[in-house]
Amino acid sequence: MKRHISTTIDGEALEFLSEDGQTLLDALRDVLLKTGTKEGCGTGDCGACSVMLDGRLVCACLVLAAEVEGASVETVEGLAEAGELHPLQKRFLEGAALQCGVCTPGFLVAAKALLEINPDPSEKEVRYWLAGNLCRCTGYDKIIRSVLDAAADVRGGAG
Amino acid sequence: MQYQAVQTLEEAVESLSRAGGEHLPLAGGTDLLAQRRAGRIDPKGVVDLKRIPELAEIVLDDDGYRVGAAVSGAELGEHPTLGQDWPGVVEAAQLIGSTQIQGRASMGGNLCNASPAADSVPALIAAGALCSLVGPSGRRELPVEEIILGPGQTCLAPGEIVAHFRLPRPGPRAGDAYLRLIPRTEMDIAVVGAGVSLELDADGLCTGCRVGLGAVAPTPLRLDEAQAILVGRRVEGSVLDDLAAAASAAAQPIDDMRATAEYRVRVVGVMAKRAAQIAATRAGG
Repeated sequence: MKRHISTTIDGEALEFLSEDGQTLLDALRDVLLKTGTKEGCGTGDCGACSVMLDGRLVCACLVLAAEVEGASVETVEGLAEAGELHPLQKRFLEGAALQCGVCTPGFLVAAKALLEINPDPSEKEVRYWLAGNLCRCTGYDKIIRSVLDAAADVRGGAG
Repeated sequence: MQYQAVQTLEEAVESLSRAGGEHLPLAGGTDLLAQRRAGRIDPKGVVDLKRIPELAEIVLDDDGYRVGAAVSGAELGEHPTLGQDWPGVVEAAQLIGSTQIQGRASMGGNLCNASPAADSVPALIAAGALCSLVGPSGRRELPVEEIILGPGQTCLAPGEIVAHFRLPRPGPRAGDAYLRLIPRTEMDIAVVGAGVSLELDADGLCTGCRVGLGAVAPTPLRLDEAQAILVGRRVEGSVLDDLAAAASAAAQPIDDMRATAEYRVRVVGVMAKRAAQIAATRAGG
């Protein structure tokens, strides 16, 4: 059965039809064509599909599209504002914190969630917070350093 | 797979009963949707319980806490006093999965998934938590340790759901703790887990305690011997060694890819001992 869903995605009020049982991740990618959010494992282990749901970091593969009725979803596609990259995005580029890029949207969304509650995290705090985001290319170090650099940018008002 | 969001317990019970076991209750979905994706389950429908107020809230009254079965780990951690009164319970729930999983995963789901290695369950057993169940025959209350019957199996009747957990207000010199062993620092399933809750008198002697053990038997265990070992004594020295020996003796683990049975027997004693030390420190001992 197709279900009519009203929700807000990256600040935009949207309505779409979703097959019952479809995950939020599949609805984002296949129905709304918002392919910025990636699928890695599909079982909540890798964090590639990280999105914010009503201000809470979640894996979009472990949420049904029907569950976001009336909710607010933020994806990586809302990170840049008016064409200006978010400090995290800038630092990831400068710091070469990505290679293949499949994990990157999830890291960016998860890191932004961290900086919103803790603008001055320690390296250890960043590593623990991002433990659910897997990267098979970089070895993590560049990602962690880029997040710490972006945190400093945000604190300094560069964001 | 059909999806239905219900607003009341009555609707949930009615809907699940009518589906005769073909629809599953959905809380955070972090086990249910992952198992469905992996092909281990194929429910014809789910009944989303998160919009039922009793399942979604934490209430503190004169009797203590009523923690909704669908409250997420992140919400448990954000509560202003729960983590001070029951730090072991909150820490155990927050060991489950990643930050992303914490945004959804609930203690009700952790219990009903009925894994022998469920992290929040030994801590809830240690805390003496009661489970409020609602089903077609009404409401009943059971200790947490009576819910899980075996791996993936609970005592819940068809159409019955966990509504909330009841945790008492801790006494003035009480503390709890949960420790789990995993070979890495995050994102893993317990090799063993141990939860301890205890109370001390003004002289530092234990006046009551409860111990829960995880991943060392087909179900999480309550270690009944803990009372006789700890009560009336200081939580130190040979008393802790006796507790460790009792925990090891109660363990009936299996060999699997995470550890051998022999290793689990040994290390569950170490975890119980260390958790008791932390609980005693928190209690002011």
